Amino acid sequence: MSLRGKAAIVAAAEVDTFQSQGRSPVGLMGEATRRALAEVGLHKDDVDGLFTASSYYAMPALTVAEYLGLRPTYIDSTVVGGGSFISHVGHAAAAIEAGLCSVALITYGSTQRSDRGKLTSLAEWSPYEQPYGLIHPISSFGLIAQRHMHEFGTTSEQLAEVAVSARQWALKNPDAPYPTPLSVQDVLSSPMLSTPLHKLDCCLVTDGGAAIVVTSAERARDLTPKPIYVLGVGEAINHRNIVGMPDLTTTAAVDSGKRAFDMAGRGPADMDSAHIYDAFTISLMILLEDLGFVSKGEGGPFVESGAIAPGGSLPVNTNGGGLSYTHPGMLGMFLMTEAVRQLRGDAGDRQVPGARTSVVHGMGLALAAHATAVLSTDVEP
Amino acid sequence: MTDRPTPTPRGEENIYFEEARAHRLAFQQCESCGARVFYPRTVCPVCLSDRLSLRQAAGTGTVHSFTTLHRAGHPGLADRVPYTVVLVDLDEGVRVLADLVVSPEADVPWIGMPVQAVFDEVTPELTLPRFQATAGAR
Ligand SMILES: [Zn+2]
Repeated sequence: MSLRGKAAIVAAAEVDTFQSQGRSPVGLMGEATRRALAEVGLHKDDVDGLFTASSYYAMPALTVAEYLGLRPTYIDSTVVGGGSFISHVGHAAAAIEAGLCSVALITYGSTQRSDRGKLTSLAEWSPYEQPYGLIHPISSFGLIAQRHMHEFGTTSEQLAEVAVSARQWALKNPDAPYPTPLSVQDVLSSPMLSTPLHKLDCCLVTDGGAAIVVTSAERARDLTPKPIYVLGVGEAINHRNIVGMPDLTTTAAVDSGKRAFDMAGRGPADMDSAHIYDAFTISLMILLEDLGFVSKGEGGPFVESGAIAPGGSLPVNTNGGGLSYTHPGMLGMFLMTEAVRQLRGDAGDRQVPGARTSVVHGMGLALAAHATAVLSTDVEP
Repeated sequence: MTDRPTPTPRGEENIYFEEARAHRLAFQQCESCGARVFYPRTVCPVCLSDRLSLRQAAGTGTVHSFTTLHRAGHPGLADRVPYTVVLVDLDEGVRVLADLVVSPEADVPWIGMPVQAVFDEVTPELTLPRFQATAGAR
C-alpha cells in the first residue's frame, strides 16, 4: 500500500517571519493556525490530529493543545531537528489514511531572534564533543565543508554562490528582511566563524510561526479548489553527533529522497521547484547532490553556473530560504509553506510559471535526520 | 573567568574519561562481530552483542577533517581563539574528535596530516585527549 496521493495540504500560513512583537513561540503557532484554518473555513474543533516540534517546549503537543483548546485524537511530537515538519507531513498522511485522524494541524513557532543572546536549543551535548568548544551547529558544518572541499575541490566561492542565489530570490520576496543584493565578495569578506564557513555562509536568526493543514485527498477537494497532493514521502536518519556521521559528504537524504521520489513516481528532473534545507551553504550543496539533482561532487560547479538562482534551471528556495528569508531555529515549516505557495500559483514576482510538482527536503542537526516530500497539484501526470 | 565546558558523563560514558585519566585513549572491540566501536557502549551498534572489550588505541592517526574557530564555541574558551578542532581517523579504524595542540608543525592543519594523541590534565578529575601533529608532519 502506498500513501501516494492519499492526502493533501489544504492550508498554509506564516506569521512574523523576521521579528515578532509581543508573541510567544506558542502564540505564533496560534496565530498561524488561526490564519490557516480561516483559509478553508475549518473550525478549530475540526482539528483532530496535532503534529508539532519545538526547541522551547519539552512536550510541545501538550503546550499547543492547551493553548489552542484542541482535543486531538492523534498526536505526534517527533523531533528530529529543523526538518521535523517534513516528517510530520508523512506521518499525518499515514495517520489520515489509517483513519486515526482526519484533519491534521502541523505547526511551529519560535522567537529565536527576539531571544538573541540566549538562543534556545534542545541540543544536548555529547560528552565526547562538548569539552572541545565547537560552535553548535556551525563547527560541525565546518568539518563537513572542509571535507567536501578536500574530496571534490569545492571552493569558498562556490559555497558563497549558494548564499548569493538565495539573496537573488529573496529580492523578489517583499517579506524578506534584507532588500539589498549580495555578492560572492560580500560573503567571503564577512567574518570567518568556523573555517571554511563565514558568517554569510550561515542562515539568518529570525522569529517566525507557521501552520499547515493536511486532510484526505477526498475531503481536500471539498475544501479548496487548489489542494496540494502529497505524492511521496520518505525519511531516514543515520547519526546524532558529528563524530558518528558515517560519511561527511554523503547523507541519508539519498535514502529519504529515493523513497519519496519512488512513491511519487517522479524524479528530480520532474521538479518545477525545490525547497531544500539551507541552514548553511554547504548543507544545501550536499543535499542537491544527495537528492539527485547533480552527481556527487558536482554541487560546486552546479551552483556556480547560476542553476539555482532566478532564471536558472532549478528554482531552489524561491522565498530566499534560511539564508536570506527566515530561519527561526527550525526551517522545515517554511520550506513547506513556500512549496505550497508555488504550487498554488500564489508566489507573486517569484512565481515559477506553471509550477505543478515540487520537492521539499528537511534535515535535522548536522545532516543527521532527513525527510523528503514530493508535492503536486495533480495526482496523475 | 568562565570555566571551559566540562562533560557530564553518565553510566558507561565514564569509562572513556577514567581511561583518559590514565592517559589511555579507549575504544571497544566487539567479541561477537569484531566491530571496533567508539565511544564506549553497553551493546555493539553493529550486532547488539554485549560482549564488548575495552582496548587502548596507540593514539596515532590522520586528520579526516578540521575546522578552525575564530569565535569561541563557549565563553570559557574565548582566550584561545583561533583554535582548531579535528576529526581524526585513528589507526585502529575509529574516528575521534578533539582539538589540535598548536605547534609549528600544525600552524596550517591539513586533511591527511599525521597526528598523535596527547593528554591534557585539565583538572584533577578531568583529563582530555588532544591531538598534535606528528613531528615533521609538514
Ligand atoms: Zn558486534
